[in-house]
Amino acid sequence: MSSPRSWRHYPQRYRYEAAVCTKCGKVHFPPRLICDACKGREFTTKTMARTGKILTHTIVRVGPSNFADQSPFAVAVVEMDDGPRITCQVADWNQGQLTIGQKVRLEFRKIYDEGASGIINYGYKAVPI
Amino acid sequence: MTVGIVGYGAHLPRHRIKVEEIAKVWGADAPSYKKGLELREKSVPAPDQDVITLAVEAARNALARAQIGAQEIGAVYVGSESHPYAVKPTGTVVAEAIGAVPNCHCADFEFACKAGSEAMFVCTGLVKSGYIKYGLAIGADTSQGAPGDALEYSASAGAAAYIMGSENLVATIDLQHSFMTDTPDFWRREYQHYPQHAGRYTGEPAYFKHTLGASKALLEKSGMKPADFDFAVFHQPNGKFPMRVGKMLGFKREQLETGWLVPLLGNTYSGASPLGLTAILDIAKPGNKIFMCSYGSGSGSDAFILTVTDRIREAQDRAVKTRKLLDENKIYLEYGEYAKFRKKILKAE
Ligand SMILES: [Zn+2]
Repeated sequence: MSSPRSWRHYPQRYRYEAAVCTKCGKVHFPPRLICDACKGREFTTKTMARTGKILTHTIVRVGPSNFADQSPFAVAVVEMDDGPRITCQVADWNQGQLTIGQKVRLEFRKIYDEGASGIINYGYKAVPI
Repeated sequence: MTVGIVGYGAHLPRHRIKVEEIAKVWGADAPSYKKGLELREKSVPAPDQDVITLAVEAARNALARAQIGAQEIGAVYVGSESHPYAVKPTGTVVAEAIGAVPNCHCADFEFACKAGSEAMFVCTGLVKSGYIKYGLAIGADTSQGAPGDALEYSASAGAAAYIMGSENLVATIDLQHSFMTDTPDFWRREYQHYPQHAGRYTGEPAYFKHTLGASKALLEKSGMKPADFDFAVFHQPNGKFPMRVGKMLGFKREQLETGWLVPLLGNTYSGASPLGLTAILDIAKPGNKIFMCSYGSGSGSDAFILTVTDRIREAQDRAVKTRKLLDENKIYLEYGEYAKFRKKILKAE
């Protein structure tokens, strides 16, 4: 992903800003244009709580080129305490912590850099708590 | 106007390496290093952690304790000697991540190991002058020692963040004093990966002269003596120096131990004495007096006198405590993994 596209996602990647449907209250992360529950089009912005739990997980052994140096790495679907389900990497897990139901917190981490002289892209990873 | 700390926070990597693990690779005598440096293990940043990520997490903890909106922060200063970019501020990323942009002053500070206390010093002044309501001061580093060098046993990673303001304080900053001279004890030239140091010269004419200079001047300014303080914290490049300088000034081991994190943490450079202060604030009681003095090579020291207020009780539990970060969820590395984490292994292009 290029730096400008990454830059447009700062509100989600950096600050976990979700869209809350004004009609039905469903929390969308990332934000969407039309609510998939009630077709509502109006939203308010809410910073999600940073905690959630692992719903499912896997280990990626052959990562995409930008992530080759990081492989193998863990990826999980995390159900956030505010409701949305997100997919992200899991960092700093000890033996026995990469399990379904494990409580995690989103931490600010480097996701990848665009080579040694390129931009560093930051975002969130889930860390067991 | 009374100024001081409204919120404080720390963040540490979870990875550690023991002194024995480093010593065995270089054929060094681990027991003598452990005794000589009073060091058992040090923190190691994961490949996805740098000064920016550590600073953001520490700042979030400080915000949780301050209970203020990030939009009220008028200045973000990050002090470090390991900023991820040579050109592009660390502070802009931190401010964006915590939501302090765009009406905010921002600069990265550098002064070897005292860049964090510099940021605290400047924020306090800006609040006192009325230019800003709140200022965020961070000391963070992910420092490196050359493989096999004595610094490799101590250079570690961590961050401490302070939000300075004039109301709802957890501690007042009563006085501060800076002391500095041009002293060539430790340096790193542009494009060089590892720093150089002047060996034993880093002791007496550098660390001790400046720490004693700033501390004695501030004690004199305040009319206080070491016995008047409940806690004291000094820059901690190894376990020995802060204990020795504290005792030279007349402080006792009991006053120094709470903020003495280095035996299990290593030298977090710009984060060192600021992190020690977070551990003190974690357990401090209203009315406690705290003495802090940083040291940065090159060389200089910033000294502070603080008084803990009643609000400390409600702030302490609003974010993770520093000793918990130090003691829990540790992941130990072997030297090979550590070398990979710290990019000490050269791979083919
Ligand atoms: Zn809806």
